[in-house]
Amino acid sequence: MADQQPPKDVNSKPQHEQDSSRRNFLKNTGLVAGGLVGGSLFGGLISGGLDKKNDQHDKTAGNEGNKGIEVTQARQFFTRHQDFKVLNAATEQILPEDELGPGAIKLGVPYYIDKQLAGRWGVNAYDYRHAPYAIDLKEVDQTAGPGGEQSILDRGMIFLLGLRKMDEESQKRFGVTFDQATEEQQIEIMTDVEANKVKMRGVKASEFFILLKQATLEGAYCDPLYGGNFNMEGWKMKEFPGAVASYSNYIESDEFVKLDPVSLRDYQGH
Amino acid sequence: MVKKLEKVDAVIVGSGWVGGIAAAELTKAGYNVVILERGKNKKHEDYIGTKDELRYSKRYDLMQELNKDTITSRNSMSKEAIPVRNNMNARLGNHTGGAGVHWNGIAFRWLPYDFEIYSKTVERYGKDKIPKESTMQDWGITYDELEPYYDRYEKTAAISGEENPIGPPRSDKYPNPPMKETPNIRLFMKATKALGYHPYRIPSANASKTYTNPDGETINGCVYCAFCEEYGCDFGAKADPIGTVLKTAHKTGKMEIRNDAFVNRVSHDGKKANGLIYTDTTTGEEFEQLADIVVLAGFVFTNTKLLLHSKIGQPYDPKTGQGIIGKNFTGHFNNLSTYIGARGFFEDKKFNNFMGAGGLGATIDDFSGDNEDHTNLDFLHGYEVHYSQLGSRPIANNAVPYDTPGWGKEFKKNSIKYYNRNLFITPQSGFLPNKNTYMDLDPTYKDALGNPLLRVTVEYAKQDIARAKAGVARCEEIMKEMGADKMNVDVVKDDTVFDHKFYTDHFFGGAIMGASPENSAVNTYSQMWDMENLFVVGGSSFPHNSNYNPTVTIGAFAYRAAEGMIKFLKEGGNVAAKPLEKDA
Ligand SMILES: Cc1cc2nc3c(=O)[nH]c(=O)nc-3n(C[C@H](O)[C@H](O)[C@H](O)COP(=O)(O)OP(=O)(O)OC[C@H]3O[C@@H](n4cnc5c(N)ncnc54)[C@H](O)[C@@H]3O)c2cc1C
Ligand code: SF4
Repeated sequence: MADQQPPKDVNSKPQHEQDSSRRNFLKNTGLVAGGLVGGSLFGGLISGGLDKKNDQHDKTAGNEGNKGIEVTQARQFFTRHQDFKVLNAATEQILPEDELGPGAIKLGVPYYIDKQLAGRWGVNAYDYRHAPYAIDLKEVDQTAGPGGEQSILDRGMIFLLGLRKMDEESQKRFGVTFDQATEEQQIEIMTDVEANKVKMRGVKASEFFILLKQATLEGAYCDPLYGGNFNMEGWKMKEFPGAVASYSNYIESDEFVKLDPVSLRDYQGH
Repeated sequence: MVKKLEKVDAVIVGSGWVGGIAAAELTKAGYNVVILERGKNKKHEDYIGTKDELRYSKRYDLMQELNKDTITSRNSMSKEAIPVRNNMNARLGNHTGGAGVHWNGIAFRWLPYDFEIYSKTVERYGKDKIPKESTMQDWGITYDELEPYYDRYEKTAAISGEENPIGPPRSDKYPNPPMKETPNIRLFMKATKALGYHPYRIPSANASKTYTNPDGETINGCVYCAFCEEYGCDFGAKADPIGTVLKTAHKTGKMEIRNDAFVNRVSHDGKKANGLIYTDTTTGEEFEQLADIVVLAGFVFTNTKLLLHSKIGQPYDPKTGQGIIGKNFTGHFNNLSTYIGARGFFEDKKFNNFMGAGGLGATIDDFSGDNEDHTNLDFLHGYEVHYSQLGSRPIANNAVPYDTPGWGKEFKKNSIKYYNRNLFITPQSGFLPNKNTYMDLDPTYKDALGNPLLRVTVEYAKQDIARAKAGVARCEEIMKEMGADKMNVDVVKDDTVFDHKFYTDHFFGGAIMGASPENSAVNTYSQMWDMENLFVVGGSSFPHNSNYNPTVTIGAFAYRAAEGMIKFLKEGGNVAAKPLEKDA
């Protein structure tokens, strides 16, 4: 219930910080060393995002001291880098980096969402997918399909259309792409999307927003095996210890119990 | 071509608690049983190392695959129904063991009042107290008659609990003591005591210690791992059908579970059921499993759908009030019960919210059933108010006070701050049947085999809303006493309508029981009045919904039904007609 309440105060500004480790990322992945920086394949990637010095929003998760993660951080679902940049900016607005710890980007949320959309969740594999679908979405009770389930679109399409809608809205209102807009501008657009004040075809903007927020929280707090919750930083912020086998010895304790988090990889003992 | 399979003594749809209990009792008595289960083959081994919130709580890995079969839903007789497309709106059992694998294990008995609700209401308040739209009725059985079966189920399922100071009489104490007490529970119990109520520990199927049940199956002691509801137990510590009744049946060598077997019809000649027609979903082949008795244990929706689709019994018509199949649908609904209440935020206290178990908690029965005098209240039945420490997992638990926005900087700060600093209490309330809340076949949508989906229509009556409001107010009072600094209290509006959520898995009706075929589909042994070798068992036989979780009552009636099946196999006829010899 409380989880779904609309924001009533949007004046607070998320703190975006420079990602000092972007250059390290390039080094670690071998993009620079391998001489591919100027290549056409990566040209857009590098100049369009990662290598931009003053880009506020293109932070990438997990580049500090964790070899191996880089290879899983590539886009499986999103074909256009611009869509992914909007996703980065939007998820970071939902869970911004602050003094408590990393925000969505550093937690790996955008890559988590990309992977989820490429899999069975993105194509609604276990959902009932037979027509007729609700054509007039105004007629459908919001509670019946809070994540756009009554729409004919699958989640992958809803994300694509929603992110592009936000980008388009930003260019229309402010003359810049969403990822280049200021925090106030991004928040303004997202607030309108959440309140369904932006029109989308095939799904309500508010339903897209519910999906976006849900997926952001999933990516922040899921087991790291999914590519989110990088280094269990999400759990550490929340003081959630993960896959602990037994709390028998702690359950009666009057004191708060602080434990080091355990991932499924540790728990399953691979 | 439907291939006929050699006759067995009994064929059962579903391997949940109900199918499992029937299989255990029948096979122990020497009968051959085939269980047809649409879900996959599962063992306890499948649940080792499954502490994965995304997979089980957000992708609903253990729930019914809605791409094969679902229900449609509407909240008014005048609307067209829409299909339930995603599991976030329907957590229904699937796979070996059914919902009994991923339940919490909250293990209440229901009240003597429940079984004789009509007569007791008339006796205490007069006939006029019963609202016009209500279709509530006596069940044809008393609590005292059901008590031995309650005791039986509790012993099978290792129930751990303590005496309820104002509870109904028991022939024996719980087989195990209650689970450990936490500071959160202590706080709730202290506050409710201070207010003059009678708190007690929620009885649980999470075993408080290692225990061996009367069938010789061992259930381990719970370790409070907090991945309980929606998960299979990692440690064999939550009583479930796999580790108890199915195991018992298996040992006899007389049971076969056929997985990936999607039952779509009961074959019959109008008087007698011949067997079950199902599709093997791994090959697409269609079979007819012949049997002397046919048991529907596929949960409320499947049981009702199979009866309607197979044209057994007279479908209920809300316009005329005639007919019985599909009648008296009730349940626990998200916006009336269980997911509403009062959430308290504490500035100076920090709780170990991330630890817990499905049935760990405490409750009060002061307002349950008819325990409170309803003379001056505008509703019948009541609510139990509980605090449950089932373990807050981090994706699902991001509660913030109402004055915090739903995302952004302040949201992040407060959702993290309060994660281990908030407690939620909720009233689980009864729901009484009304003439417009029922099930029939959908005119539009079809399942994977091309058969019509079941359509569920739910209209809330005034009294249901009044009851929910009273419950929330009680939560607010208790949460205040518990010392919360801030509170989110849910608001139940007068015009609240059913929200299309079938989330609790507490649903009832469709083939209700009673003392006579005039007002019921089955007798109190869950035997169809007009097709005596067909037993329709589970919540489908309950004429209304109480303010407690249902499974112990479902289990008790399943034991009674199994007794009836054995009696029928021996002697035939209507088993409710003659007094039964004990323990056939
Ligand atoms: C998340 C969750 C938590 C719960 N917690 C509690 C709790 O704490 N306390 C409580 O009392 N109750 C709880 N319940 C409810 C409880 O699980 C059910 O009341 C109980 O398991 C019902 O048992 P059943 O055998 O009637 O049905 P089920 O367990 O649903 O079994 C029915 C079986 O039939 C199979 N089936 C259905 N249709 C077909 C078909 N057409 N062909 C073949 N097979 C079919 C299904 O796959 C399933 O395995 C919970 C439920 C859920 C989902
Ligand atoms: S909390 Fe207890 S019963 Fe539940 S899954 Fe964990 S160990 Fe099993």
